[in-house]
Amino acid sequence: MTSLGLGDNAHLFQANLEQRRRRSARFRRACSAFTWLGVGTLFVLLGQILYQGAAWLGWDFLTSFASRFPSRAGIFAALVGTLWLIVTTAAISIPVGVAAAIYLEEYAPRTRLTRFLELNISNLAGVPSIVYGLLGLAVFVRWLSLERSVISGALTMSVLILPVIVTAAREALRAVPPSLRDAALGVGATRWQCTWHHVIPQALPGILTGVILAISRVFGETAPLLVIGLPIFVSRTPSGLGDSFTVLPLQIYNWTQRPNHEFQNLAAAGIIVLLVVLLLTNLVAVVLRQRTETES
Amino acid sequence: MTATQLDALRKSSTRQWKEGSIHGVLMTSALLSILTTVGVVAVLAAESSTFFREVSPVEFLTGTKWTPLFDPPSHGVLPLLCGTGLIAVGSGILALPIGLAIAVYLSEMANRRRRRIVKPMLEVLAGIPTVVYGYFALTFVTPCLRWLIPSTEVFNAAAGAIVVAIMILPMVASLCDDSLQAVPASLRQAAYSLGATPREVSVGIVVPGALSGILASFVLALSRAIGETMAVTLAAGATPRLTLNPLESIQTMTAFMAQVSSGDAPSGTSQYNSIFAVGFLLFAITLFMNWLAQRVLHRFREAYE
Repeated sequence: MTSLGLGDNAHLFQANLEQRRRRSARFRRACSAFTWLGVGTLFVLLGQILYQGAAWLGWDFLTSFASRFPSRAGIFAALVGTLWLIVTTAAISIPVGVAAAIYLEEYAPRTRLTRFLELNISNLAGVPSIVYGLLGLAVFVRWLSLERSVISGALTMSVLILPVIVTAAREALRAVPPSLRDAALGVGATRWQCTWHHVIPQALPGILTGVILAISRVFGETAPLLVIGLPIFVSRTPSGLGDSFTVLPLQIYNWTQRPNHEFQNLAAAGIIVLLVVLLLTNLVAVVLRQRTETES
Repeated sequence: MTATQLDALRKSSTRQWKEGSIHGVLMTSALLSILTTVGVVAVLAAESSTFFREVSPVEFLTGTKWTPLFDPPSHGVLPLLCGTGLIAVGSGILALPIGLAIAVYLSEMANRRRRRIVKPMLEVLAGIPTVVYGYFALTFVTPCLRWLIPSTEVFNAAAGAIVVAIMILPMVASLCDDSLQAVPASLRQAAYSLGATPREVSVGIVVPGALSGILASFVLALSRAIGETMAVTLAAGATPRLTLNPLESIQTMTAFMAQVSSGDAPSGTSQYNSIFAVGFLLFAITLFMNWLAQRVLHRFREAYE
């Protein structure tokens, strides 16, 4: 150390270094411990659900209607209702969301209106989901008197996930290299020809991934549907957009709320089904993403 | 193709009409988002204006009793605000430091293999529906709390705050991780070459360098905690109460809205209208926090390029 010209101050550096290294090691251990605490929580959560719910899973559970008796209760109505909701929501929100994204990425001039639109969409994404429930309750259920039907629920959910879809689709569109557009426009293609024949095919896997992830939010969203007042006990499955229905998360909510332990176990079994469905959806999205990554 | 043919193509009215109508359709879709915002604000304003005709805004904002179901009803929103605040502060105390620590670990200390294991797991945690956290609170967290502190009530703010913390943890971690990663490697290398330890680099260089993103993520996470509904409805109870004791049953703004609407309140009653007033307040608070996050991002931005 003295060779560095520190002279009499060398001991300061020596003594400190040990301590500084120890502190650094402690800090590292703490950060690592917190990380594994977070990961551990996930396992505790999943373990608790499997432990309580696995025994209640079965074919009967999937194909029975809700019941006052835990042993006979099932999630058939909720499963079918969830399916109806997802399909209807997707049919409404995907075309509108992707069209909005295409407009913002490919068409919109850099004006104040465009900037305002972008700011607006990012703000909408931060609005709590229960507020969309209030919107759905006032506009779709009461003013348009669509009642507590599939279409009310789907419209409410569409409004909720629209900003998510727009953002995801925009990111996918932005990943398409500008040279592609320049080439298409350069040989005389119109804006739409360029977008339809060149940009969208390139961006499609990315758009699909984003859209699937956004739609998967609908599976788990409960609050807005609770607010628009969906019934819990539905004794038949919907046969049209105007029929009443219930969804899986709402059924889980109802069962969890009850003091009876058997119902809470049923809730756990319902959660297992919900998580498996979510996992499968996300798997599709991840596979799609990986396929595009290897191609490009 | 000759020049005249090209010219004809360019001026072709079907082509122009098609382009124009597609442009119109796409633009309408984009404008729908504005309609949504207008819709939210209009609905909240219209429905709560009927409420505020019966209850003065001053009474609403300063009253300390929230008993809209009693006769005569009392509409002071402070107990609900207090409940929401208790959940937000409690979950923030837990999730913000831990989330930042996870981000520092992932960004500065973990090797690539660990990162590739941990990140997807946090994403799974982030994707779990909130009603599941409510279930977890009631069947696991609350029994644990009651075993630790027997005086804990069945429904309590602490269990709600803990599960909301678990919920926002992945969000804090991944947003902070993004901001830490955005700090240029040259800064770290400079510090290491001067002999700084990993802790000194993380705490002294990288975290201050990413401060804007970290603070913004904190604000956004708190905003999510405030708007969270299902977990707190299930775990924290339905007793609007001005208390700072996390072991007592409370009620948040969102839980109140969920309670009233699942009870099928008839349209036009002051009960029905009160959820819109509470919703308006919630909307205003979260909008303010999102605005704040953007300001923070802007204000503390360190430009590196």
